[in-house]
Amino acid sequence: MSREGQANPGGNTTFNARPGIRSDSETGVFNWWTRERIEDENNGHTIEAAESYLLLVKVKAICSSRAVHSYVDVRQIQVKARKMCVIRVEHLNKSFLLDKTVIHAVNDVSFSVDEGEVFGLIGLSGAGKSTLVRCLNLLERPDSGEVWFDGLNLVEQDGSILREKRSRMGIIFQHFNLFMRKTVWENVAYPLRIAGKRTKELTPRVEELLDYIGLKAHARSYPAELSGGQQQRVGIARALAMSPRLLLSDEATSALDPVNTELVLSLLRKVVDDLGIAVVLITHQMEVAKALCDRIAVMENGRIIEENTVEELFLRPRHAVTRHMTRGFDEDMSLEHLTELISAPVYRLGFRTQSVTRPLISGISRRFNVDANILAGNINALVGGDVGYLVVSFEGDETAVRSALSSLHEDGVEILKLEPTNGHNDGAGIHIKEVVR
Amino acid sequence: MNEFVRATLETVYMVFTSSFVAVVVGLPLGVLLILMRPEGLRPKPHLYRVLDVVINVLRSIPFMILMIVVFPLSRLLVGRATGTTATIVPLAIVAIPFVARIMEQGFLEVDYGVLEAGLACGATIGQLVRTVLVPEALPALVNGITITIINIIGNSAMAGAIGGGGLGDLAIRYGLYRRNPVNLLVSVAITIALVQLVQFFGRLIENRLRHDGTSTAL
Repeated sequence: MSREGQANPGGNTTFNARPGIRSDSETGVFNWWTRERIEDENNGHTIEAAESYLLLVKVKAICSSRAVHSYVDVRQIQVKARKMCVIRVEHLNKSFLLDKTVIHAVNDVSFSVDEGEVFGLIGLSGAGKSTLVRCLNLLERPDSGEVWFDGLNLVEQDGSILREKRSRMGIIFQHFNLFMRKTVWENVAYPLRIAGKRTKELTPRVEELLDYIGLKAHARSYPAELSGGQQQRVGIARALAMSPRLLLSDEATSALDPVNTELVLSLLRKVVDDLGIAVVLITHQMEVAKALCDRIAVMENGRIIEENTVEELFLRPRHAVTRHMTRGFDEDMSLEHLTELISAPVYRLGFRTQSVTRPLISGISRRFNVDANILAGNINALVGGDVGYLVVSFEGDETAVRSALSSLHEDGVEILKLEPTNGHNDGAGIHIKEVVR
Repeated sequence: MNEFVRATLETVYMVFTSSFVAVVVGLPLGVLLILMRPEGLRPKPHLYRVLDVVINVLRSIPFMILMIVVFPLSRLLVGRATGTTATIVPLAIVAIPFVARIMEQGFLEVDYGVLEAGLACGATIGQLVRTVLVPEALPALVNGITITIINIIGNSAMAGAIGGGGLGDLAIRYGLYRRNPVNLLVSVAITIALVQLVQFFGRLIENRLRHDGTSTAL
């Protein structure tokens, strides 16, 4: 679909002719988005946003060697290194009365998210995450505090201004919340129709979005005919229809199976990379947070108890909830790192209750003359008794190592060989192979 | 014209006109009710309570009593108190609170999350009602309208007893009073056939509108 030379509804921008831009679906969405921003700029709304967005476009264009420089240059926009803050929340409070007790669902929460940044809000169920995200687009009106978006404190707005700003925040839901009696096409077109666009005007945009999420063939289907993952992709397309600067994701993958979770996450990643929009991502799944987020805030009882970059959070979790949520990943991380560093084969030795307390390692070290290098270890107190593990690399004669391992096996130790995955940095961790004997 | 054909046409005329009036008035009332509910989008708990009670009171008045009570109103609106056209007035009045309540129930079936999605797209309450609430609830609304029409068919037969015309009139005057079982049975059979027909097409339309993979057996 060609966008070059199309009449611009605003009529007053210089961006219609953009020779050299490829018009595949990806850049199509891209261009449309940019043009919207420029229109905003001409209305005098978000000059800064447009400028820093164009910087982003330029950087991305250079990276993907698309000839976008010309129109950035034409604008002679001063390149700004500073990223735009998309949303800033100050001292937000929201409480409910439930059975005559006050539930402080959101308690003095402050944070800000820059464009192109994915901000994760994690916490266990009932931590106040969903209420918080609804306070951001004022679906819930906060009791006090400020929500700054697009230069306005939304808490002080109502009526048409609030609705207009709200439509500039896309939101995707846990249960998709698609319109069940409308086709996929009409679902995606809905925000544009609400914005007053006629069918003729919005058709290219809808087609583009359907192409982007890879569901063009299902345009005439109804949501009930799609799988959960497909429905969520429609939800994402609907959320992107108005070229939002911010995408709110409320447990978007919690109702999906692992495969569809993966697909939706990769689409979200693509959206962030392509469009450079800010994302507030709410989840209780650490897997999801670590796959997408740049920064994570941990919520408990309505408060943000800890906020940090993902790496820092996993390396130095300060609160118990954080440690609890990061534990699995923490182990994966260090193990992956170690198996890459150490050339000798690395084994994970699982100790059952009866072998946890016995000095097995020093025993085999003496008997078989192998050196055991202990890399990691832990003992977990479970309902059925204590179980522990050690991650060990053995140095020594290959046959000696083998007989040492089989001796351990005879003592009831579970042995797994750990191998680093090559080339994948998707956080999936290490590949575990059972030792064949 | 055959007595039965004439009576059937009268009944159809009464039922559909009064159903139409009842839906035209009752549907907006149903929308008001769902919006004003304490947990609704425009909560007006006190006004809702008042309307709630009024509807319950109106619904508990027996049709025969109400029909006699509204004789003056019928006379005012259509010029006379008895006859087919005059009977439309009480039929519609009885059906309005019923429709309002049944529409409210239909709207309750719409998941709040879907409404939230509409609001998040920047819709006003009016837009939300027109583009999300009513379309999403449509199968339930059609079901409600089907039930309403069937109720009105029953009421219209009763109206026949006090000069309302139609199949009820035929059954009572020519069947019961003249002790002609054939007339009585044929009138009743036609009434049953009408109910079945309405039910069949109601379900058919309802299923066509669902698009969510579920359907009710016809």
